[in-house]
Amino acid sequence: MGVNLAQVEGAYKVSFPHMGNYCIPVRTLAEPLECEIVTPPKMTRRTLELGARHSPEFVCVPFKYNLGNYIEALDIGANLLIQAGGGCRFGYYAEVQEAILRDLGYQFGMVRLLGGFDLREHIRDFRAVNPRLTLWRALKAYRVALRQTKALDQVEELMRKNAGFEVEDGAFERIHKRFLAELDKAREIRVIEDIERRYLAEMASVPIERPDDMLRVGIVGELYVLMEPFSNYFVEKELARRGVEVHRFVTVSHMVENAGKHKDAYLRRMIELADPYLKYHVGADGTESVAMTHKLMRDGFDGVLHLKPFGCMPEVNAMAALQRLSREHTFPVLFISYDEQTSETGLATRLDAFCDMLRMRKGKPSR
Amino acid sequence: MGSWKGERVSKAYLGVDVGSISTKAVALDSGGEVLARSYLWTEGNPVRAVKNVLAEVEEQVDGTGAEIVAVGTTGSARQLTGAILGAQVVKNEITSHAVGTLSRHSDVQTIFEIGGQDSKIIIVRDGVPVDYAMNTLCAAGTGSFLSSQARRIGVPVEEFGEYALRSKRATKIAGRCTVFAESDLVHKAQIGHAVEDIIAGLCNAIVGNYLNNVGKGKEILAPIVFQGGVSKNVGVVHAFEQATGHEVMVDEDGHLMGSLGVALVARDSGGEAPFSFAVRDVAFETVGEECGGCPNECEVVLVLREGEVLDGWGNRCPRGMERVAERLGVSKVTVTSAG
Repeated sequence: MGVNLAQVEGAYKVSFPHMGNYCIPVRTLAEPLECEIVTPPKMTRRTLELGARHSPEFVCVPFKYNLGNYIEALDIGANLLIQAGGGCRFGYYAEVQEAILRDLGYQFGMVRLLGGFDLREHIRDFRAVNPRLTLWRALKAYRVALRQTKALDQVEELMRKNAGFEVEDGAFERIHKRFLAELDKAREIRVIEDIERRYLAEMASVPIERPDDMLRVGIVGELYVLMEPFSNYFVEKELARRGVEVHRFVTVSHMVENAGKHKDAYLRRMIELADPYLKYHVGADGTESVAMTHKLMRDGFDGVLHLKPFGCMPEVNAMAALQRLSREHTFPVLFISYDEQTSETGLATRLDAFCDMLRMRKGKPSR
Repeated sequence: MGSWKGERVSKAYLGVDVGSISTKAVALDSGGEVLARSYLWTEGNPVRAVKNVLAEVEEQVDGTGAEIVAVGTTGSARQLTGAILGAQVVKNEITSHAVGTLSRHSDVQTIFEIGGQDSKIIIVRDGVPVDYAMNTLCAAGTGSFLSSQARRIGVPVEEFGEYALRSKRATKIAGRCTVFAESDLVHKAQIGHAVEDIIAGLCNAIVGNYLNNVGKGKEILAPIVFQGGVSKNVGVVHAFEQATGHEVMVDEDGHLMGSLGVALVARDSGGEAPFSFAVRDVAFETVGEECGGCPNECEVVLVLREGEVLDGWGNRCPRGMERVAERLGVSKVTVTSAG
């Protein structure tokens, strides 16, 4: 079942796993529960170590990060955890994590959101925690959270495309920090729209210098390692440092837009885009990875980075198709697999070599 | 430059490749011809290894009238070596190998490289690298795999090739994992397989491993150039030829290709600065310590030159280096990592 509150003593203190900066809209979404919200401590090596120590060894790495977040949150007083689910092993995260945490002796409640992006399902689950929750209140929080998500995604997209070329080191990051602080406080659609407008304008006015040999690289793959910078070893920042304009389709806004009643049509579109490399859906985000790589190639990008947690089945499925695409079009695709054993030095070497290779290709146009 | 003390001086470029197992150095003239070469074991001490290869290079360059004007470093200790030598260029080993090989074999389409602890494949089309891959998970399929098995059999790894070529029927060795390969090898020896056949089997295992992991999904076209320490093993070369159905070329300087490539990159970078072999007499020291400022527990490494901080890395934020430097009582960090 979706909600298990049997073990909670005293007032609810709700917590959730981190993913990028989405803790901002998630907090907004959790406010109608009318209880204390405990944001897990910032991700560090310790988060991953804790998570990995108590996880099955071969489970995918997002599971370990989530578990680490939960442990760190429970240790600072949380007693109610939220987890979602998806169309791969993610679908079993909640049950397994709950069992592990109970074995560790923690007393807590668990809310598993079963409805994907279906609001009515969420309201039913949330009412188990706060019976006074009105439809109006939940709807308002949902709208605000969605608008915050959109603002977040817009601003960070602009940043991905430009931060690599800033004249003054750290200029984008400083603005970004202020943006996050303001966005976190905003609870009115008008205010969020204004924040988005102002910060997009401010970022657009940051002096940048694009070199002649500028590279455009797309990143595709499994959604958690794409959207949680700590888990991908800040690969977007690392690419930016190497003078790369980074493109990424997968954001929470993108997922919401193509969920629910739009999902079937979206998948059909993805299969069409992935043709002739895929004929059928390969699970979770795998089809999207192939489709987007195909599109990026046709749009004239210099290369693609494919990121996945080690052992991620849908993305392993996608890799065979991506390798064929890469081979047939001599289009560079760099495959990176993450787990708690990933070496930072190894990653830096591969990124350096990838960027060098793309620059050499640009310098000498092939037939 | 141009003249020094009235003599004519020609420009030379130094490339140093410090790998996990061996350290390589070459000096090139401006035409790319090799003036000096050196190949020594790293033996877990990259600073000493670099000083030793420098001594060999200096001896060979001495009297040719050549003067080093630019330095490039590569290999897993490229950052440390770059800091010590004040290198103009610090390059990853994949790019260095590609550049080095292309300077000698402009028509190459596939580069196999097997070093001590890593292996890579570089796909080249029309003289430009278009794809590459590097081993990610395990060292089965690298030089370490061979040398650890050599120890077990009691045959020096340098003689592996000849043994392998004498074999008529190679033994099948389960080569997926270094440890399990060893138990399989012991088993095959116990039931009476000849040493030659086992060694040929090991050569096949390393090639199978390489092609199934690093080479997976890549279009392997001739001409193929094979380099890295393991390319000196004729048994592995033979196994590659059998497996791919193509001739596999090994350059006489194949083991030096990384240093050769990075010397060329240093030459073409245009950056020049005076370099002195006297750097060999300078005391360098590296100190590593956990920062401890936050739960990230960054392992910060500082390179000290005569007790003063020359460079450092491993920190995720600027505080890391300052904290460690303060705690160790060394002078403040002024240089940041070259990346």
